[in-house]
Amino acid sequence: MSVVVGILFMAATYLILSRSLLRIIIGTGLLSHGAHLLILTMGGLKQGAAPLLSEKAGSYVDPLPQALILTAIVISFGVTSFFLVLAYRSYQELGTDDMHRLRGND
Amino acid sequence: MINFIILPILLPLLTGILLIFFRKQIKIQKVISTLISAISIILSIYLVWLVQTEGIQTLEIGGWQAPYGIVLVADMFASLLVLTTNIIVFTSLLFSFKTIGVEREKFFYYSGIQFLVTGVVGAFLTGDIFNLFVFFEVMLMSSYFLIVLGGTKIQLRESIKYILVNVISSALFVIAIAYLYALTGTLNMADLSVKVSELGQSGIITVISVLFLIVFGLKGAIFPLFFWLPGSYKAPPAAVTALFGALLTKVGVYSITRVFTLIFITDVGFTHGLIGWLAAFSMIFGVIGAIAYWDIRKIVIYNIITAVGVILFGVSTMTFAGVSGAVFYVIHDIIIKGALFFIIGALFILTGTANLKKMGGLIHNHPLLAWLFFISTLSLAGIPPLSGFIGKINIIQGGFETEDYVISFVVLFSSLLVLYSALKIFINGFWGEQKLAKDEEKGSINVLYVPITILVVISIAYGFGVELIYPFVSQATETLLDPTIYIEAVLKE
Repeated sequence: MSVVVGILFMAATYLILSRSLLRIIIGTGLLSHGAHLLILTMGGLKQGAAPLLSEKAGSYVDPLPQALILTAIVISFGVTSFFLVLAYRSYQELGTDDMHRLRGND
Repeated sequence: MINFIILPILLPLLTGILLIFFRKQIKIQKVISTLISAISIILSIYLVWLVQTEGIQTLEIGGWQAPYGIVLVADMFASLLVLTTNIIVFTSLLFSFKTIGVEREKFFYYSGIQFLVTGVVGAFLTGDIFNLFVFFEVMLMSSYFLIVLGGTKIQLRESIKYILVNVISSALFVIAIAYLYALTGTLNMADLSVKVSELGQSGIITVISVLFLIVFGLKGAIFPLFFWLPGSYKAPPAAVTALFGALLTKVGVYSITRVFTLIFITDVGFTHGLIGWLAAFSMIFGVIGAIAYWDIRKIVIYNIITAVGVILFGVSTMTFAGVSGAVFYVIHDIIIKGALFFIIGALFILTGTANLKKMGGLIHNHPLLAWLFFISTLSLAGIPPLSGFIGKINIIQGGFETEDYVISFVVLFSSLLVLYSALKIFINGFWGEQKLAKDEEKGSINVLYVPITILVVISIAYGFGVELIYPFVSQATETLLDPTIYIEAVLKE
Protein backbone atom coordinates (compact mmCIF):
# COMPACT_ATOMS: atom_id res chain seq x y z
CA MET A 1 0.00 0.00 0.00
CA SER A 2 2.79 2.42 0.88
CA VAL A 3 4.25 1.98 -2.59
CA VAL A 4 0.90 2.79 -4.20
CA VAL A 5 0.61 5.90 -2.02
CA GLY A 6 4.11 6.87 -3.06
CA ILE A 7 3.22 6.52 -6.75
CA LEU A 8 0.10 8.65 -6.20
CA PHE A 9 2.16 11.37 -4.53
CA MET A 10 4.69 11.20 -7.33
CA ALA A 11 2.03 11.61 -10.02
CA ALA A 12 0.35 14.40 -8.02
CA THR A 13 3.60 16.33 -7.65
CA TYR A 14 4.31 15.97 -11.36
CA LEU A 15 0.84 17.19 -12.33
CA ILE A 16 0.86 20.12 -9.89
CA LEU A 17 4.12 21.35 -11.40
CA SER A 18 2.64 21.46 -14.90
CA ARG A 19 1.38 24.52 -16.77
CA SER A 20 -2.28 23.76 -17.34
CA LEU A 21 -4.67 24.63 -14.49
CA LEU A 22 -6.83 21.57 -15.11
CA ARG A 23 -3.84 19.27 -14.75
CA ILE A 24 -3.03 20.99 -11.46
CA ILE A 25 -6.54 20.32 -10.16
CA ILE A 26 -6.28 16.66 -11.22
CA GLY A 27 -2.99 16.63 -9.31
CA THR A 28 -4.67 17.90 -6.13
CA GLY A 29 -7.27 15.17 -6.55
CA LEU A 30 -4.56 12.52 -6.70
CA LEU A 31 -2.80 14.12 -3.75
CA SER A 32 -5.88 13.85 -1.57
CA HIS A 33 -6.42 10.25 -2.70
CA GLY A 34 -2.87 9.51 -1.63
CA ALA A 35 -3.34 11.20 1.72
CA HIS A 36 -6.57 9.31 2.42
CA LEU A 37 -5.06 5.97 1.49
CA LEU A 38 -2.14 6.81 3.74
CA ILE A 39 -4.43 7.38 6.74
CA LEU A 40 -6.01 3.98 6.10
CA THR A 41 -2.63 2.29 5.74
CA MET A 42 -1.13 3.97 8.78
CA GLY A 43 -4.17 3.03 10.86
CA GLY A 44 -3.19 -0.62 10.29
CA LEU A 45 -4.39 -3.15 7.72
CA LYS A 46 -4.94 -6.13 9.97
CA GLN A 47 -7.70 -8.68 9.31
CA GLY A 48 -10.98 -8.08 11.10
CA ALA A 49 -14.67 -7.55 10.66
CA ALA A 50 -16.18 -4.28 9.46
CA PRO A 51 -16.65 -1.95 12.45
CA LEU A 52 -20.31 -2.86 13.04
CA LEU A 53 -21.23 -4.26 16.42
CA SER A 54 -23.87 -6.50 14.83
CA GLU A 55 -21.08 -8.47 13.13
CA LYS A 56 -20.26 -10.09 16.49
CA ALA A 57 -16.71 -10.86 15.39
CA GLY A 58 -13.69 -11.54 17.60
CA SER A 59 -11.82 -8.52 16.29
CA TYR A 60 -12.73 -5.45 14.29
CA VAL A 61 -10.71 -3.14 12.08
CA ASP A 62 -9.78 0.25 13.56
CA PRO A 63 -12.82 2.56 13.21
CA LEU A 64 -11.01 5.84 13.94
CA PRO A 65 -9.04 6.21 10.65
CA GLN A 66 -12.23 5.54 8.72
CA ALA A 67 -13.95 8.43 10.47
CA LEU A 68 -10.92 10.65 9.81
CA ILE A 69 -10.94 9.73 6.13
CA LEU A 70 -14.64 10.41 5.82
CA THR A 71 -14.08 13.89 7.26
CA ALA A 72 -11.07 14.54 5.05
CA ILE A 73 -12.94 13.35 1.95
CA VAL A 74 -15.85 15.74 2.34
CA ILE A 75 -13.50 18.62 3.10
CA SER A 76 -11.37 17.96 0.02
CA PHE A 77 -14.55 17.48 -2.01
CA GLY A 78 -15.76 20.92 -0.96
CA VAL A 79 -12.43 22.53 -1.67
CA THR A 80 -12.07 20.79 -5.04
CA SER A 81 -15.50 21.88 -6.23
CA PHE A 82 -14.73 25.45 -5.18
CA PHE A 83 -11.40 25.24 -7.00
CA LEU A 84 -13.02 23.88 -10.16
CA VAL A 85 -15.61 26.67 -10.24
CA LEU A 86 -12.83 29.17 -9.63
CA ALA A 87 -10.88 27.71 -12.55
CA TYR A 88 -13.98 27.99 -14.72
CA ARG A 89 -14.55 31.62 -13.68
CA SER A 90 -10.95 32.60 -14.25
CA TYR A 91 -11.01 30.92 -17.67
CA GLN A 92 -14.01 33.10 -18.52
CA GLU A 93 -12.50 36.29 -17.13
CA LEU A 94 -8.82 35.92 -17.87
CA GLY A 95 -9.17 33.85 -21.04
CA THR A 96 -6.39 31.38 -20.32
CA ASP A 97 -5.64 28.27 -18.33
CA ASP A 98 -1.89 28.55 -18.74
CA MET A 99 -0.27 29.24 -15.36
CA HIS A 100 2.66 31.01 -17.02
CA ARG A 101 0.33 33.64 -18.39
CA LEU A 102 -1.29 34.23 -15.00
CA ARG A 103 1.55 36.44 -13.83
CA GLY A 104 1.65 40.14 -13.32
CA ASN A 105 2.01 42.75 -10.64
CA ASP A 106 -0.99 45.00 -11.08
CA MET B 1 -21.44 27.39 33.43
CA ILE B 2 -19.62 24.25 32.40
CA ASN B 3 -20.22 24.69 28.68
CA PHE B 4 -18.95 28.24 28.68
CA ILE B 5 -15.79 27.83 26.62
CA ILE B 6 -17.64 26.60 23.55
CA LEU B 7 -19.50 29.94 23.33
CA PRO B 8 -16.73 31.87 21.52
CA ILE B 9 -16.90 29.22 18.76
CA LEU B 10 -20.65 28.70 18.74
CA LEU B 11 -21.67 32.35 18.69
CA PRO B 12 -20.00 33.35 15.38
CA LEU B 13 -21.05 30.03 13.82
CA LEU B 14 -24.74 30.59 14.59
CA THR B 15 -24.49 34.24 13.57
CA GLY B 16 -22.96 33.24 10.26
CA ILE B 17 -25.83 30.86 9.62
CA LEU B 18 -28.40 33.45 10.70
CA LEU B 19 -26.95 36.10 8.38
CA ILE B 20 -27.47 33.84 5.38
CA PHE B 21 -31.22 34.44 5.74
CA PHE B 22 -30.84 38.25 5.58
CA ARG B 23 -28.98 38.41 2.30
CA LYS B 24 -30.64 41.53 0.93
CA GLN B 25 -31.17 43.40 4.22
CA ILE B 26 -27.70 44.82 4.63
CA LYS B 27 -28.69 47.01 7.56
CA ILE B 28 -29.84 44.02 9.60
CA GLN B 29 -26.63 42.19 8.69
CA LYS B 30 -24.54 45.10 9.92
CA VAL B 31 -26.44 45.45 13.20
CA ILE B 32 -26.37 41.73 14.00
CA SER B 33 -22.72 41.20 13.18
CA THR B 34 -21.54 44.25 15.15
CA LEU B 35 -23.67 43.31 18.12
CA ILE B 36 -22.47 39.70 18.18
CA SER B 37 -18.91 40.79 17.76
CA ALA B 38 -19.19 43.17 20.71
CA ILE B 39 -20.75 40.38 22.80
CA SER B 40 -17.88 38.09 21.77
CA ILE B 41 -15.36 40.60 23.11
CA ILE B 42 -17.15 40.66 26.47
CA LEU B 43 -17.35 36.86 26.54
CA SER B 44 -13.65 36.50 25.81
CA ILE B 45 -12.76 39.02 28.51
CA TYR B 46 -14.77 36.83 30.88
CA LEU B 47 -12.93 33.77 29.56
CA VAL B 48 -9.54 35.38 30.27
CA TRP B 49 -10.72 36.27 33.77
CA LEU B 50 -12.02 32.72 34.31
CA VAL B 51 -8.73 31.16 33.28
CA GLN B 52 -6.86 33.66 35.44
CA THR B 53 -8.82 32.81 38.59
CA GLU B 54 -9.54 29.11 38.13
CA GLY B 55 -6.78 27.76 35.92
CA ILE B 56 -7.07 25.99 32.58
CA GLN B 57 -10.68 25.44 31.48
CA THR B 58 -11.52 22.22 29.66
CA LEU B 59 -14.72 20.99 28.09
CA GLU B 60 -15.21 17.36 27.12
CA ILE B 61 -17.64 17.55 24.24
CA GLY B 62 -20.49 15.07 24.56
CA GLY B 63 -19.24 13.99 27.97
CA TRP B 64 -16.69 11.52 26.58
CA GLN B 65 -13.54 11.23 28.64
CA ALA B 66 -10.39 13.02 27.58
CA PRO B 67 -8.37 10.84 25.21
CA TYR B 68 -11.51 9.37 23.57
CA GLY B 69 -13.63 12.42 22.81
CA ILE B 70 -12.79 15.86 21.52
CA VAL B 71 -11.70 18.23 24.26
CA LEU B 72 -11.75 22.01 24.10
CA VAL B 73 -8.96 23.53 26.15
CA ALA B 74 -8.73 27.20 27.08
CA ASP B 75 -5.39 28.00 28.62
CA MET B 76 -4.19 31.55 29.06
CA PHE B 77 -2.34 31.78 25.73
CA ALA B 78 -5.38 30.63 23.76
CA SER B 79 -7.78 32.87 25.72
CA LEU B 80 -5.65 35.97 25.18
CA LEU B 81 -5.52 35.22 21.47
CA VAL B 82 -9.30 34.71 21.35
CA LEU B 83 -9.75 38.12 22.98
CA THR B 84 -7.37 39.82 20.51
CA THR B 85 -9.06 38.08 17.59
CA ASN B 86 -12.46 39.39 18.64
CA ILE B 87 -11.14 42.94 18.98
CA ILE B 88 -9.67 42.81 15.46
CA VAL B 89 -12.88 41.38 14.02
CA PHE B 90 -14.96 44.10 15.69
CA THR B 91 -12.80 46.90 14.28
CA SER B 92 -12.59 45.21 10.90
CA LEU B 93 -16.40 45.14 10.75
CA LEU B 94 -16.50 48.86 11.52
CA PHE B 95 -13.97 49.40 8.75
CA SER B 96 -15.97 47.27 6.31
CA PHE B 97 -19.20 49.25 6.63
CA LYS B 98 -17.99 52.15 4.52
CA THR B 99 -15.35 50.48 2.39
CA ILE B 100 -16.61 47.11 1.24
CA GLY B 101 -19.46 48.16 -1.07
CA VAL B 102 -23.01 46.90 -1.52
CA GLU B 103 -22.11 44.35 -4.22
CA ARG B 104 -19.92 42.36 -1.88
CA GLU B 105 -22.18 42.85 1.14
CA LYS B 106 -25.09 41.27 -0.71
CA PHE B 107 -23.07 38.17 -1.39
CA PHE B 108 -22.67 36.86 2.16
CA TYR B 109 -19.66 38.99 3.07
CA TYR B 110 -20.62 39.22 6.75
CA SER B 111 -21.39 35.49 6.95
CA GLY B 112 -17.95 34.83 5.52
CA ILE B 113 -16.33 36.92 8.24
CA GLN B 114 -18.28 35.13 10.98
CA PHE B 115 -17.24 31.71 9.63
CA LEU B 116 -13.64 32.90 9.46
CA VAL B 117 -13.84 33.84 13.15
CA THR B 118 -15.34 30.43 13.94
CA GLY B 119 -12.34 28.76 12.32
CA VAL B 120 -9.73 30.97 13.97
CA VAL B 121 -11.22 30.80 17.47
CA GLY B 122 -11.81 27.05 17.10
CA ALA B 123 -8.18 26.53 16.10
CA PHE B 124 -7.07 28.41 19.22
CA LEU B 125 -9.33 26.50 21.60
CA THR B 126 -9.18 22.92 20.39
CA GLY B 127 -7.28 20.20 22.20
CA ASP B 128 -7.31 17.62 19.44
CA ILE B 129 -4.96 17.50 16.48
CA PHE B 130 -7.46 16.34 13.88
CA ASN B 131 -10.01 18.84 15.14
CA LEU B 132 -7.31 21.47 14.64
CA PHE B 133 -7.15 20.34 11.01
CA VAL B 134 -10.90 20.71 10.66
CA PHE B 135 -10.89 24.22 12.14
CA PHE B 136 -8.00 25.10 9.84
CA GLU B 137 -10.19 24.07 6.92
CA VAL B 138 -13.14 26.10 8.24
CA MET B 139 -10.85 29.10 8.44
CA LEU B 140 -9.26 28.46 5.03
CA MET B 141 -12.56 27.87 3.24
CA SER B 142 -13.87 31.21 4.52
CA SER B 143 -10.61 32.87 3.53
CA TYR B 144 -10.85 31.42 -0.01
CA PHE B 145 -14.32 32.89 -0.19
CA LEU B 146 -13.28 36.30 1.17
CA ILE B 147 -10.20 36.54 -1.03
CA VAL B 148 -12.12 35.92 -4.24
CA LEU B 149 -15.37 37.73 -3.36
CA GLY B 150 -15.90 40.48 -5.90
CA GLY B 151 -14.26 38.54 -8.70
CA THR B 152 -11.86 41.11 -10.11
CA LYS B 153 -9.09 39.79 -12.32
CA ILE B 154 -6.30 40.17 -9.78
CA GLN B 155 -8.41 38.46 -7.11
CA LEU B 156 -9.16 35.50 -9.39
CA ARG B 157 -5.53 35.13 -10.35
CA GLU B 158 -4.12 35.36 -6.85
CA SER B 159 -6.78 33.18 -5.25
CA ILE B 160 -5.85 30.32 -7.61
CA LYS B 161 -2.33 30.42 -6.20
CA TYR B 162 -3.53 30.87 -2.62
CA ILE B 163 -5.92 27.92 -2.81
CA LEU B 164 -3.37 25.65 -4.50
CA VAL B 165 -0.76 26.29 -1.81
CA ASN B 166 -3.29 25.70 0.95
CA VAL B 167 -4.68 22.52 -0.63
CA ILE B 168 -1.16 21.10 -0.73
CA SER B 169 -0.41 22.13 2.85
CA SER B 170 -3.72 20.62 4.02
CA ALA B 171 -2.82 17.33 2.33
CA LEU B 172 0.55 17.46 4.11
CA PHE B 173 -1.27 18.11 7.39
CA VAL B 174 -3.39 14.97 6.85
CA ILE B 175 -0.25 12.99 6.04
CA ALA B 176 1.50 14.26 9.16
CA ILE B 177 -1.50 13.31 11.31
CA ALA B 178 -1.54 9.83 9.71
CA TYR B 179 2.12 9.26 10.59
CA LEU B 180 1.64 10.52 14.11
CA TYR B 181 -1.42 8.30 14.57
CA ALA B 182 0.49 5.26 13.33
CA LEU B 183 3.19 5.95 15.88
CA THR B 184 1.13 6.82 18.94
CA GLY B 185 -2.44 5.68 18.26
CA THR B 186 -4.02 8.83 19.65
CA LEU B 187 -5.12 12.26 18.44
CA ASN B 188 -5.65 14.16 21.68
CA MET B 189 -2.82 16.66 22.15
CA ALA B 190 -2.31 16.04 25.86
CA ASP B 191 -2.34 12.28 25.33
CA LEU B 192 0.02 12.69 22.34
CA SER B 193 2.41 14.59 24.57
CA VAL B 194 2.45 11.71 27.07
CA LYS B 195 2.87 9.04 24.38
CA VAL B 196 5.62 10.92 22.55
CA SER B 197 7.62 11.47 25.71
CA GLU B 198 7.27 7.73 26.49
CA LEU B 199 8.75 6.95 23.07
CA GLY B 200 11.63 9.23 23.93
CA GLN B 201 14.24 10.53 21.57
CA SER B 202 13.62 8.54 18.41
CA GLY B 203 14.42 9.68 14.89
CA ILE B 204 10.91 9.25 13.51
CA ILE B 205 9.47 11.73 16.04
CA THR B 206 11.90 14.35 14.81
CA VAL B 207 10.94 13.66 11.19
CA ILE B 208 7.24 14.06 11.98
CA SER B 209 7.90 17.23 13.95
CA VAL B 210 9.71 18.73 10.96
CA LEU B 211 6.76 17.72 8.76
CA PHE B 212 4.46 19.61 11.15
CA LEU B 213 6.82 22.56 11.00
CA ILE B 214 6.53 22.55 7.19
CA VAL B 215 2.72 22.34 7.35
CA PHE B 216 2.29 25.16 9.88
CA GLY B 217 5.11 27.10 8.26
CA LEU B 218 3.15 27.13 5.01
CA LYS B 219 0.15 28.52 6.86
CA GLY B 220 2.21 30.94 8.93
CA ALA B 221 4.53 32.11 6.14
CA ILE B 222 7.99 31.41 7.53
CA PHE B 223 11.13 31.25 5.39
CA PRO B 224 11.29 29.48 2.84
CA LEU B 225 7.52 28.92 2.69
CA PHE B 226 6.31 32.54 2.52
CA PHE B 227 6.39 32.84 -1.30
CA TRP B 228 2.59 32.77 -1.68
CA LEU B 229 1.86 35.51 0.83
CA PRO B 230 2.89 38.82 -0.85
CA GLY B 231 0.78 38.21 -3.95
CA SER B 232 -2.27 36.80 -2.21
CA TYR B 233 -2.58 39.46 0.48
CA LYS B 234 -2.40 42.23 -2.10
CA ALA B 235 -5.53 41.07 -3.91
CA PRO B 236 -8.54 41.49 -1.54
CA PRO B 237 -9.96 44.78 -0.16
CA ALA B 238 -8.30 46.44 2.83
CA ALA B 239 -10.73 45.23 5.49
CA VAL B 240 -10.19 41.62 4.41
CA THR B 241 -6.41 41.99 4.16
CA ALA B 242 -6.38 43.42 7.67
CA LEU B 243 -8.20 40.34 8.96
CA PHE B 244 -5.87 38.01 7.05
CA GLY B 245 -2.69 39.84 7.95
CA ALA B 246 -3.60 40.04 11.60
CA LEU B 247 -5.09 36.59 12.10
CA LEU B 248 -4.33 33.87 9.54
CA THR B 249 -0.57 33.73 9.81
CA LYS B 250 -0.87 33.99 13.58
CA VAL B 251 -2.90 30.78 13.66
CA GLY B 252 0.07 29.05 11.99
CA VAL B 253 2.38 30.64 14.55
CA TYR B 254 0.07 29.59 17.39
CA SER B 255 0.04 26.00 16.10
CA ILE B 256 3.83 25.88 15.88
CA THR B 257 4.03 27.23 19.42
CA ARG B 258 1.47 24.76 20.73
CA VAL B 259 2.93 21.72 19.00
CA PHE B 260 6.56 22.51 19.84
CA THR B 261 5.93 23.37 23.47
CA LEU B 262 3.53 20.50 24.17
CA ILE B 263 4.22 17.51 21.94
CA PHE B 264 7.64 17.63 20.30
CA ILE B 265 9.92 18.46 23.18
CA THR B 266 12.11 15.38 23.19
CA ASP B 267 14.75 16.56 20.70
CA VAL B 268 14.83 20.27 21.50
CA GLY B 269 18.40 20.82 20.33
CA PHE B 270 17.61 19.97 16.73
CA THR B 271 14.00 21.05 16.22
CA HIS B 272 14.13 24.34 18.13
CA GLY B 273 17.51 25.19 16.65
CA LEU B 274 15.95 24.70 13.22
CA ILE B 275 13.00 26.95 14.13
CA GLY B 276 15.41 29.59 15.40
CA TRP B 277 17.35 29.70 12.15
CA LEU B 278 14.24 29.63 9.97
CA ALA B 279 12.95 32.53 12.09
CA ALA B 280 16.21 34.43 11.48
CA PHE B 281 15.89 33.97 7.72
CA SER B 282 12.21 34.99 7.84
CA MET B 283 13.22 38.23 9.51
CA ILE B 284 15.98 38.86 6.98
CA PHE B 285 13.84 38.16 3.92
CA GLY B 286 10.91 40.06 5.44
CA VAL B 287 12.91 43.25 5.89
CA ILE B 288 14.53 42.89 2.46
CA GLY B 289 11.05 42.82 0.94
CA ALA B 290 9.87 45.66 3.17
CA ILE B 291 12.63 48.04 2.15
CA ALA B 292 12.63 46.99 -1.51
CA TYR B 293 9.09 48.03 -2.47
CA TRP B 294 7.42 51.36 -3.13
CA ASP B 295 3.99 49.76 -2.93
CA ILE B 296 2.52 50.61 0.49
CA ARG B 297 0.64 47.30 0.71
CA LYS B 298 3.75 45.25 -0.04
CA ILE B 299 5.72 47.09 2.64
CA VAL B 300 3.23 46.16 5.35
CA ILE B 301 2.83 42.62 3.97
CA TYR B 302 6.55 41.92 4.19
CA ASN B 303 6.48 43.25 7.73
CA ILE B 304 4.13 40.36 8.58
CA ILE B 305 6.86 37.91 7.61
CA THR B 306 9.40 39.73 9.78
CA ALA B 307 7.04 39.66 12.75
CA VAL B 308 6.42 35.93 12.33
CA GLY B 309 10.18 35.45 12.47
CA VAL B 310 10.49 37.50 15.66
CA ILE B 311 7.74 35.55 17.42
CA LEU B 312 9.08 32.14 16.41
CA PHE B 313 12.57 33.02 17.56
CA GLY B 314 11.12 33.83 20.97
CA VAL B 315 9.38 30.45 21.05
CA SER B 316 12.48 28.59 19.89
CA THR B 317 14.56 29.76 22.85
CA MET B 318 12.28 27.86 25.29
CA THR B 319 13.29 30.17 28.13
CA PHE B 320 10.82 32.04 30.30
CA ALA B 321 11.93 35.40 28.94
CA GLY B 322 11.82 34.30 25.31
CA VAL B 323 8.42 32.63 25.41
CA SER B 324 6.79 35.43 27.43
CA GLY B 325 8.26 37.86 24.90
CA ALA B 326 6.68 35.83 22.12
CA VAL B 327 3.29 35.94 23.87
CA PHE B 328 3.60 39.70 24.36
CA TYR B 329 4.72 40.19 20.79
CA VAL B 330 2.07 38.06 19.09
CA ILE B 331 -0.76 40.03 20.77
CA HIS B 332 0.92 43.35 19.97
CA ASP B 333 1.49 42.28 16.38
CA ILE B 334 -2.12 41.25 15.75
CA ILE B 335 -3.33 44.67 16.93
CA ILE B 336 -0.71 46.76 15.19
CA LYS B 337 -0.93 44.91 11.87
CA GLY B 338 -4.68 45.47 11.94
CA ALA B 339 -4.12 49.21 12.54
CA LEU B 340 -1.49 49.46 9.79
CA PHE B 341 -3.62 47.71 7.20
CA PHE B 342 -6.53 50.00 8.07
CA ILE B 343 -4.36 53.10 7.63
CA ILE B 344 -2.97 51.75 4.36
CA GLY B 345 -6.53 51.09 3.23
CA ALA B 346 -7.50 54.67 4.16
CA LEU B 347 -4.53 56.00 2.19
CA PHE B 348 -5.60 53.94 -0.78
CA ILE B 349 -9.13 55.36 -0.58
CA LEU B 350 -7.76 58.92 -0.39
CA THR B 351 -5.23 58.74 -3.17
CA GLY B 352 -6.58 55.93 -5.35
CA THR B 353 -3.11 54.45 -5.68
CA ALA B 354 -0.81 52.19 -3.71
CA ASN B 355 2.30 53.62 -5.26
CA LEU B 356 4.25 55.65 -2.72
CA LYS B 357 5.90 57.77 -5.37
CA LYS B 358 2.53 59.14 -6.44
CA MET B 359 1.54 60.52 -3.04
CA GLY B 360 2.89 63.22 -0.81
CA GLY B 361 2.02 65.92 1.66
CA LEU B 362 -1.03 64.18 3.08
CA ILE B 363 -0.29 65.58 6.53
CA HIS B 364 -1.62 69.00 5.49
CA ASN B 365 -5.17 67.81 5.13
CA HIS B 366 -5.10 64.74 7.36
CA PRO B 367 -2.94 65.45 10.42
CA LEU B 368 -4.77 62.95 12.63
CA LEU B 369 -4.24 60.08 10.19
CA ALA B 370 -0.60 61.03 9.85
CA TRP B 371 0.07 61.02 13.58
CA LEU B 372 -1.88 57.81 14.12
CA PHE B 373 0.32 56.24 11.45
CA PHE B 374 3.43 57.69 13.08
CA ILE B 375 2.52 56.17 16.46
CA SER B 376 1.83 52.76 14.91
CA THR B 377 5.16 52.93 13.08
CA LEU B 378 7.08 53.56 16.28
CA SER B 379 5.08 50.85 18.00
CA LEU B 380 5.80 48.41 15.16
CA ALA B 381 9.51 48.99 15.48
CA GLY B 382 9.43 48.64 19.28
CA ILE B 383 10.19 52.13 20.58
CA PRO B 384 10.05 51.92 24.41
CA PRO B 385 6.80 53.36 25.74
CA LEU B 386 4.79 51.66 23.01
CA SER B 387 3.55 48.10 22.70
CA GLY B 388 6.21 46.44 20.55
CA PHE B 389 8.98 47.10 23.01
CA ILE B 390 8.34 44.72 25.88
CA GLY B 391 7.93 41.73 23.58
CA LYS B 392 11.13 42.33 21.67
CA ILE B 393 13.22 43.05 24.74
CA ASN B 394 12.09 39.79 26.35
CA ILE B 395 12.74 37.85 23.16
CA ILE B 396 16.26 39.27 22.91
CA GLN B 397 16.85 38.53 26.58
CA GLY B 398 15.79 34.94 25.90
CA GLY B 399 18.16 34.84 22.93
CA PHE B 400 21.06 36.03 25.06
CA GLU B 401 20.25 33.50 27.79
CA THR B 402 20.55 30.64 25.29
CA GLU B 403 23.58 32.33 23.69
CA ASP B 404 21.97 32.73 20.27
CA TYR B 405 23.80 36.02 19.79
CA VAL B 406 23.67 36.06 15.99
CA ILE B 407 19.89 35.67 15.78
CA SER B 408 19.36 38.16 18.61
CA PHE B 409 21.31 40.75 16.66
CA VAL B 410 19.25 39.89 13.58
CA VAL B 411 16.14 40.77 15.67
CA LEU B 412 17.65 44.11 16.65
CA PHE B 413 18.84 44.91 13.16
CA SER B 414 15.50 43.91 11.63
CA SER B 415 13.76 46.37 14.00
CA LEU B 416 15.86 49.13 12.51
CA LEU B 417 14.96 48.20 8.95
CA VAL B 418 11.28 47.74 9.85
CA LEU B 419 11.35 51.27 11.25
CA TYR B 420 13.03 52.49 8.06
CA SER B 421 10.48 50.78 5.81
CA ALA B 422 7.50 52.20 7.69
CA LEU B 423 8.99 55.68 8.04
CA LYS B 424 9.55 55.61 4.31
CA ILE B 425 5.77 55.60 3.95
CA PHE B 426 5.49 58.39 6.50
CA ILE B 427 8.17 60.63 4.97
CA ASN B 428 7.18 60.15 1.34
CA GLY B 429 3.45 59.87 1.79
CA PHE B 430 2.69 62.38 4.53
CA TRP B 431 5.52 64.88 4.32
CA GLY B 432 6.88 66.71 1.34
CA GLU B 433 5.15 68.44 -1.46
CA GLN B 434 1.37 68.27 -1.48
CA LYS B 435 0.32 66.33 -4.55
CA LEU B 436 -3.38 66.12 -3.89
CA ALA B 437 -5.64 69.07 -3.11
CA LYS B 438 -8.61 68.56 -0.79
CA ASP B 439 -11.16 68.40 -3.59
CA GLU B 440 -9.11 66.00 -5.71
CA GLU B 441 -9.33 63.21 -3.15
CA LYS B 442 -10.96 60.01 -4.29
CA GLY B 443 -13.07 59.42 -1.19
CA SER B 444 -13.87 60.39 2.36
CA ILE B 445 -12.22 58.63 5.28
CA ASN B 446 -13.89 60.36 8.19
CA VAL B 447 -15.71 57.30 9.57
CA LEU B 448 -12.61 55.15 9.16
CA TYR B 449 -10.94 57.02 12.01
CA VAL B 450 -13.07 55.08 14.51
CA PRO B 451 -11.56 51.58 13.95
CA ILE B 452 -8.06 52.97 13.43
CA THR B 453 -8.18 55.02 16.61
CA ILE B 454 -9.57 52.11 18.64
CA LEU B 455 -6.65 49.90 17.64
CA VAL B 456 -3.98 52.56 18.11
CA VAL B 457 -5.38 53.46 21.55
CA ILE B 458 -5.40 49.78 22.54
CA SER B 459 -1.84 49.49 21.32
CA ILE B 460 -0.72 52.53 23.36
CA ALA B 461 -2.57 51.27 26.43
CA TYR B 462 -0.97 47.86 25.94
CA GLY B 463 2.46 49.49 25.87
CA PHE B 464 1.86 51.56 29.01
CA GLY B 465 -0.10 48.91 30.91
CA VAL B 466 2.49 46.15 30.75
CA GLU B 467 2.39 45.81 34.54
CA LEU B 468 -1.32 45.05 34.42
CA ILE B 469 -1.01 42.54 31.58
CA TYR B 470 2.10 40.86 32.93
CA PRO B 471 0.35 38.36 35.27
CA PHE B 472 -1.74 37.05 32.35
CA VAL B 473 1.28 36.66 30.08
CA SER B 474 3.33 35.04 32.79
CA GLN B 475 0.56 32.52 33.43
CA ALA B 476 0.42 31.77 29.69
CA THR B 477 4.19 31.29 29.62
CA GLU B 478 4.19 28.97 32.62
CA THR B 479 1.64 26.72 30.91
CA LEU B 480 3.59 26.73 27.66
CA LEU B 481 6.88 25.87 29.33
CA ASP B 482 5.49 23.17 31.60
CA PRO B 483 3.37 20.70 29.59
CA THR B 484 2.41 18.78 32.73
CA ILE B 485 0.03 21.61 33.74
CA TYR B 486 -1.77 21.21 30.40
CA ILE B 487 -1.74 17.42 30.52
CA GLU B 488 -3.10 17.29 34.08
CA ALA B 489 -5.87 19.73 33.22
CA VAL B 490 -6.95 17.67 30.22
CA LEU B 491 -6.41 14.07 31.31
CA LYS B 492 -7.28 14.76 34.99
CA GLU B 493 -4.71 12.30 36.30
